[in-house]
Amino acid sequence: MKYQPVIGLEVHVQLKTNTKIFCGCSTQFGASPNSQTCPVCLGLPGALPVLNKKVVEYAIKAGLATNCAISPRSIFARKNYFYPDLPKGYQISQYELPICVGGHLDIDGEWGTKRIGITRIHMEEDAGKLVHSDIPGLGGGSGVDLNRACTPLLEIVSEPDIRTADEAVAYLKKLHQIVVYLGICDGNMEEGSFRCDANVSVMPVGSDKFGTRTETKNVNSFRFVKQAIEHEIERQIELIEDGGKVIQETRLFDPNTGETRSMRGKEEAHDYRYFPDPDLVPLVISNDWVEDTRLSLPELPEAKFARYQSDLGLTPYDAEVLTATRELAEYFESCLTAGAQPKMAANWAMGEVTRGLNDAGLSISDCPVTPLQLVELLQLIEKGTVSGKIAKTVFDELWQNGGTAAKIVEEKGLVQVSDTGEIEKIIDEIMAANMGQVEEYRGGKDKVFGFFVGQVMRASKGKANPAVVNELLVKKLKG
Amino acid sequence: MELYELTIHEMNELLKARKVSSVEAVQSCLARIEATDTRVNAFITITGDEALKAAAAADQQIAAGNIHSLTGVPLALKDIFVTKGIRTTCASKMLDNYIPPYDSTSWLKLKDCGAVMLGKLNQDEFAMGSSCENSAYGPTRNPWNSECIPGGSSGGSAAAVAAQQAIATLGTDTGGSIRQPASHCGCVGLKPTYGRVSRYGVIAYASSLDQVGPVTRDVTDAAIMLGTVAGHDPLDSTSVAMPVPDYTRSLLSDVKGMKIALPKEYFIDGLDPDVQKAMDAAIETYRKLGAEIVEITLPHTDYAVACYYLIATAEASSNLARYEGVRFGHRAAEAKNLLEMFMKSRAEGFGAEVKRRIMLGTYALSSGYYDAYYLKAQKVRTLIMQDFLKAFEGVDVILTPVAPTPAFKIGEKTSDPLQMYLSDIFTIPVNLAGTCGISVPAGISQSGLPIGLQLIGRPFGEETIIRAAYAFEQATEWQKQKAKL
Ligand SMILES: [Zn+2]
Repeated sequence: MKYQPVIGLEVHVQLKTNTKIFCGCSTQFGASPNSQTCPVCLGLPGALPVLNKKVVEYAIKAGLATNCAISPRSIFARKNYFYPDLPKGYQISQYELPICVGGHLDIDGEWGTKRIGITRIHMEEDAGKLVHSDIPGLGGGSGVDLNRACTPLLEIVSEPDIRTADEAVAYLKKLHQIVVYLGICDGNMEEGSFRCDANVSVMPVGSDKFGTRTETKNVNSFRFVKQAIEHEIERQIELIEDGGKVIQETRLFDPNTGETRSMRGKEEAHDYRYFPDPDLVPLVISNDWVEDTRLSLPELPEAKFARYQSDLGLTPYDAEVLTATRELAEYFESCLTAGAQPKMAANWAMGEVTRGLNDAGLSISDCPVTPLQLVELLQLIEKGTVSGKIAKTVFDELWQNGGTAAKIVEEKGLVQVSDTGEIEKIIDEIMAANMGQVEEYRGGKDKVFGFFVGQVMRASKGKANPAVVNELLVKKLKG
Repeated sequence: MELYELTIHEMNELLKARKVSSVEAVQSCLARIEATDTRVNAFITITGDEALKAAAAADQQIAAGNIHSLTGVPLALKDIFVTKGIRTTCASKMLDNYIPPYDSTSWLKLKDCGAVMLGKLNQDEFAMGSSCENSAYGPTRNPWNSECIPGGSSGGSAAAVAAQQAIATLGTDTGGSIRQPASHCGCVGLKPTYGRVSRYGVIAYASSLDQVGPVTRDVTDAAIMLGTVAGHDPLDSTSVAMPVPDYTRSLLSDVKGMKIALPKEYFIDGLDPDVQKAMDAAIETYRKLGAEIVEITLPHTDYAVACYYLIATAEASSNLARYEGVRFGHRAAEAKNLLEMFMKSRAEGFGAEVKRRIMLGTYALSSGYYDAYYLKAQKVRTLIMQDFLKAFEGVDVILTPVAPTPAFKIGEKTSDPLQMYLSDIFTIPVNLAGTCGISVPAGISQSGLPIGLQLIGRPFGEETIIRAAYAFEQATEWQKQKAKL
């Protein structure tokens, strides 16, 4: 029998607010344990949550960017369960009335364009974390670090519209790109700022009844998501083929084996006893707030991708590379603002700039060559002051020591030689020294032409204008 | 007259005139506590040294001419208010060793005025109870008759005022926990409108019902205390951003033309004859004062107790989940694993009534029962709220008994929780409706126990009930009766 997988994703996005969702504590990553806590996030008796408005604003942004409707009234609920890293014995989340509902994202790939529905987006608080180690004073026991408790999360829940691991990854990448573009999440998957739970089931092809699903928790890389889903599909099909039954359970992905394994048995199935949190009043969002937020949205990657092609005449490939991250797109657009020609700026941003950053392990926000510096250099190329090749040398110099392109060209004597007399002199000398090759060329061996170009460029230390060199060489070699 | 016998406003006069010092007042109260609390057991923690220090500071403040109505006045707090650096137990073994790192907003506001805290008062564990018998620190006794309960859950708050140990106290009222003990102890007890006073730093029992309020010797003191603790608190999302009126301006003896309503559902056959007599007399007093007495109906009253015990216990089951032995409070020794640690800590730390309510609430919220219990109860709550709002379209104040009987004997109802739950039958609807109510002394039973009268106002109608209560107090002698201890 052939099987059809059905996949839905729940993505947890940690929001980049300065303070936590229900108190004023810092959300900075990596501080010493429990240094960023207060009575509220510690769940001390008597403490009460107060909603951080910034979190709501970020949730609205995420909702608008994923084509959701923003609920004029939403409600916080308590999700009750016991765990040592959960200070209050319940997690404040949204349940029945979430802030955003009914959106979608279009994903492109070998399947063409496919629309993935977004059921809902809700706000919630994170739990703390357990530390199991030989912490001084703990006698080898376990400790609880509640710095992360109460940090704001968005949970973005997709419809079960995804059918393959590749589609899942495409959807995740798109979502990741959007939340980073929006500036609401740092996108750091290693630190868990963007992680996903994958709900996977399989059913016979042609069936309209979904199979029993499993939930694989907290997968935090695109590669792992693909592996986890593929493994889960394979495991479930094998299980059914062998006459077994998939049980609804929570599973964990093990990056070392590339497999998923059961996390807890059915007997521990939770009844979360959700009910509206009486400590928080219903959240009312005015239409004005939504519209103001809409105006504050940046141009999203999809729109940029289209505009780069239609207005700037870039190829789909260029447009895709340049819009991959908001920072690269902004770098590129700053170059345009400074007067660069689009195709040239695109080539350099995707070429030298990206290469340099990769080699140095830097992000573009730390790029040593500013758009303004780059554009000056590009203008020297356009004016014919330097060749493309020399420009790369100048770029390296800018990268290493800063300064301006014009100054570097002047100081290092890199101005391109377009003076025909000077170039003619070089050509004559080279031809005289290589009469054998001259004969070959004249005998019809065109390939030798490249040899002469190389020689002339070397003799001129790369400064000879290639166009002039070409023109003169053709004339002279032909005699 | 001893200093501990004074009201807030009387003491304020003396302090202002520099006839007495706060240190003297505090010493007087501490001596009174020392002399009486072995019999009353109103205090869980007495903070004598801190109180004397604070009194000395208050005296300096007064000397500098900086005096508020509460400056230097010795008060005490129900042990449900967290107090920075001072043990706060909520009368539970669970929190026996708990020292909070922060102050509740109500206490901060009092402290800012220079009020002095004598200590922390006994109560039913986590405010669950109507008799102050469910305390890990033993029951509080009624100063009028030590065989009787003082009422609950703010039994310690009422008993301390009635036993003249503290000039005034703060309690909390979830289903009548201020009004009912105030009634049983012959004090004035005020439950403000939900949202009027911050709940920040008040250990939660049922968040949507809990409200902070004063227990005092007279209505004037209640107005002063309420005016001090009321107001919006940015730390409590459910507190309301409305200006706080000067409640002392409502202390007028005039109720001419005021429409006072008697809900027929509250004057039932089973009412204790002494209570009925006191109500009849009170109604007659109001009539004489020129108020218009009308009959109304609050048709959903019958469902209030059941509705309350579903909502309150559901919220409590969640609010009390944090007591599991991980970060503070009681942790069971020798648990073999995590789950056992949770279970043993809770089994050992909580008393029977708390466990009963957690079980009830957990059940009410369980999947499959949520709609039938919790959700249904919320709908009933809305109907009860509408009953009141509708009634207040035509009347100013609703007059009812506070409790069906005067204080009962210690142990009398402990074996019958349902019977105990019914003792809050007249106060619970006010909490469900989220509106305000005040209990004022209105009689003494044949067996010598105080009887209280409840005046219910519209939401944020505290000024009206204070005025009605004050007029009654001025026209009668009940407030002057004291427990003979
Ligand atoms: Zn905090």
